[in-house]
Amino acid sequence: MKRSHWSIPYVVFMAIFVVLPLVLILVYAFQDGNGHFTFSNITRFFSDSDALGTFAVSIEVAIENTLICILLGYPAAWILANRELNRSAVTIILFIMPMWINALMRTLATAELFNMLGITLGKGTLLFGMVYDYLPFMIYPIYNVLAKMDKSYAEAAQDLGATPWKVFWKVTVPLSMPGVSSGVLMVFMPTVSTFAISEFLTNNKIKLFGTIIQENINSSMWNYGAALALIMLIIIGVTSLFSDERKEAEGALI
Amino acid sequence: MKKFFAQAYLWLLLLLLYAPLVFIAIFSFTESKVLGNWTGFSTRLYANLFTGNMQGSSSLLAAVQNTLLIALAAAILSTLLGTVAAVGIHNLRGRSKQAVTFVNNIPMINPDVITGVSLFLLFVFLHFSQGFLTVILAHVTFGTPYVVLSVLPKLSQMNPNIYEAALDLGATPSQALRKVLIPQLKPGMISGFILAFTMSLDDFAVTFFTRGTIGLDTLSTFIYTDARKGGLTPELRPLMTLIFLLILVLLAVINLRQEKLKQLHKA
Amino acid sequence: MADDHIIDLRHVSKRFGDKTILDDINLYIRKGEFVTLLGPSGCGKTTTLRLISGFLAPDEGEILLDGKDISAIPPYKRPFNTVFQRYALFPHLDVYDNIAFGLKLQKVPQDEIEKRVKRVLKLVSMSDYEDRDVESLSGGQQQRVAIARALVNQPKILLLDEPLAALDLKMRKDMQIELKEMHKKLGITFIYVTHDQEEALTLSDTIVVMNEGKIQQIGTPIDIYNEPVNCFVADFIGESNILKGRMIRDRRVAFLKHEFDCVDEGFGEDVPVDVVVRPEDIYFTTDPAKCQFTATVKSCTFKGVHYEMFVDTDKGYELMIQDYDPYPVGSEVMLYIDPDDIQVMHKERTRNVFDGKMVDETHVEIMDGVFECLPQEGIAAGDPVRAVIRFEDVDLLDNQEDGVVAGEVHFLLYKGDHYHLTILTDEGYHIWVDTNDIWDKGDLVGVNIAPKDIKLEKRDEA
Repeated sequence: MKRSHWSIPYVVFMAIFVVLPLVLILVYAFQDGNGHFTFSNITRFFSDSDALGTFAVSIEVAIENTLICILLGYPAAWILANRELNRSAVTIILFIMPMWINALMRTLATAELFNMLGITLGKGTLLFGMVYDYLPFMIYPIYNVLAKMDKSYAEAAQDLGATPWKVFWKVTVPLSMPGVSSGVLMVFMPTVSTFAISEFLTNNKIKLFGTIIQENINSSMWNYGAALALIMLIIIGVTSLFSDERKEAEGALI
Repeated sequence: MKKFFAQAYLWLLLLLLYAPLVFIAIFSFTESKVLGNWTGFSTRLYANLFTGNMQGSSSLLAAVQNTLLIALAAAILSTLLGTVAAVGIHNLRGRSKQAVTFVNNIPMINPDVITGVSLFLLFVFLHFSQGFLTVILAHVTFGTPYVVLSVLPKLSQMNPNIYEAALDLGATPSQALRKVLIPQLKPGMISGFILAFTMSLDDFAVTFFTRGTIGLDTLSTFIYTDARKGGLTPELRPLMTLIFLLILVLLAVINLRQEKLKQLHKA
Repeated sequence: MADDHIIDLRHVSKRFGDKTILDDINLYIRKGEFVTLLGPSGCGKTTTLRLISGFLAPDEGEILLDGKDISAIPPYKRPFNTVFQRYALFPHLDVYDNIAFGLKLQKVPQDEIEKRVKRVLKLVSMSDYEDRDVESLSGGQQQRVAIARALVNQPKILLLDEPLAALDLKMRKDMQIELKEMHKKLGITFIYVTHDQEEALTLSDTIVVMNEGKIQQIGTPIDIYNEPVNCFVADFIGESNILKGRMIRDRRVAFLKHEFDCVDEGFGEDVPVDVVVRPEDIYFTTDPAKCQFTATVKSCTFKGVHYEMFVDTDKGYELMIQDYDPYPVGSEVMLYIDPDDIQVMHKERTRNVFDGKMVDETHVEIMDGVFECLPQEGIAAGDPVRAVIRFEDVDLLDNQEDGVVAGEVHFLLYKGDHYHLTILTDEGYHIWVDTNDIWDKGDLVGVNIAPKDIKLEKRDEA
């Protein structure tokens, strides 16, 4: 038996549990309750002001969250990767660790903290909670790229007359873009698609797109739920065209 | 000076990141039902957790048990499936290799909601009654890609002649597998196992959609329902604190071990 | 079959896909011999070794061990052991367990294993290293462990696949000497694969020179060096001047536009040949009576033991000469060559010959390309034809797109006043080209042939 045949069990497994389910989303999205072909699920979304509003809010929150994560996370990643400024492996571990803890648990802890401090739950707390949840996912891939970056690039730039500031903007930042783009992928889509988290952080005032999907599926509106999932899949397809490095970043977690 | 500001920035961020966790940890040492209300130091909640004599919902312990059981089963299955798959993928060439790695990445790129909904539709479509088994299968689906990605680099680092060297020295193919190949892949398999295990522990959305209606709860779904009912079960506070500590220790051990290995290699 | 053969390869061929890696290899190896398979990368030497070790099976032909076919025996049952390229030591085992690996599988008793491991570690001068982690060893030390791991099983044949390639020069030289001594001490057969001709000349009892899946020459190092049978061997082994020549009659050959006495016979009269003269075999003289031709020194470089000079001969050829004494650049020198030192070789081919087909009156299809040709009498469209093209009539172009067929420079020889190139086309045909232009190996070229230079004759379709 050829060694490449060892992949067969997994290929079969993926066909059933990865490919077929995605096909089913497509199938259900274009069916009505009786299994007949229809576009109505898709058109319904575009006339459903509630869903459209949630969609817009989700994208808005996701963009804001992503930007804040980059602004806070990039300097942190840069400091962590810089041997002169940070030698301790412990701080790196401390930044990675929250990624390993159940997001729901962390969210509830945050919400409870806000409650105790007497802060009203709303858009502000939602953003804070989201940044809190996703910042490590931005820092880690950027840190990874920066830490592996060959020092001689920066040295070559200095040798050619660049000031440290210029070196940072003209060499370090462009070379670390793969890290930033995988960070964006790890922050943006999950923000749009989370459910439960936004309810806890806003006391049910703000819903995100993931929640709408969940509500429809849970109330047995599978076809409309599938159509909403399909819309999200299309957005994912578009965003992952810009970068396919999320897997590398996640694969390198250990 | 520069270093001072840099370190100050890092620690400020860490303070923000850890404030809620520390908050939970502090209030795990008081008995009050409502979080944020200090009624004096006590280790009762910890004791309750271990005696099972709970102030809040007693199904918490069952949820913890389910979580561990599911994570263990899913991680073992993922490790077996993923290791065999990695050997196969490593030996594939060209288009078929690209195709298989592409599909392998899908569960990692997809948000949990999509994975959950799509698997929910699959089980509905196949008339598969949902429960323990479907949750485990779902967790194997998103856990195996991490095993594959952890084992593949070990395969490409491996000297391609090593298997042949074992045969050359008189090992049968199965002896070569057991005595040479598997020991080489072990570090990758262990990382993959840990990843699959923690991903499973961490999961909420996929479990939520695939657990069915038989009342199966993992820790995440328990917390979700508990929080929606209003007011967390007090024993969750010590439980969360213990989990934070456990993960911190685990990560530290793994990282320190790697550092040590690196230094050994340099020596 | 003679009794002293340990390995016989008979009509062995091996293909990967539609690529022929080995083409009808016939080879025998004597007991106790140090045999080296020598050739450039891709020549089939490693494939031959892997056929013997059993990691590959031949598509055709048979491999005999002591006269018995071993094709059905899996590698782990063959009484051979291999020292792999880059060693392939097991990184999860220490030195002792690496070496003991084979013995443990054979269930040799513990104390016996210990004795044998100690003995073989001493043989490779690595005593006291038993407990070391193999990854902490230097390249040379890993090499020794790899040899020990193979030898401890007391194989009938030790197979070595470019074992020294990863070592630095000094280490390589030391290991060569040690390998040679080990071979003498152990008395077992060594089959050694390398692309390093100097290593082959130093170590071997017998060298098998291979190229493009075929055996070019088998002989002792001295035979191979002094009497190469073709241009490839002459060029691959050592430095050489390879020149176009003509055999006038027995013991008389013309090259460099001069006539020389030689010792070769039996080529016939007035036959085109190739001539090889080693650079150290061209002598300077001050005696006009001895002088056979004159030349101007163009360059002179000190190489440690000798000087390497390039000279232009009176008739416009460039030669390389090595001598212990330098001659100033620009000086006129008198030169001669001993008859013994002239190696005459049959020409493998004198022109390109392709079988093809007429497309229409003025076009012919050869090498999967359609070339324009002159109108041919008596040959109709669709007729099978044989096209003959002289080496110097093939035009090479810088851009692959500009040629009728595209290819790359596969092999090149300098023949004193021109280059002789082998072009491998994208469709897998060889074309031989004589040119004064300078090309490098691996250059991508377009191939064109002027219509008047394609000589066509009708061919019977077999």
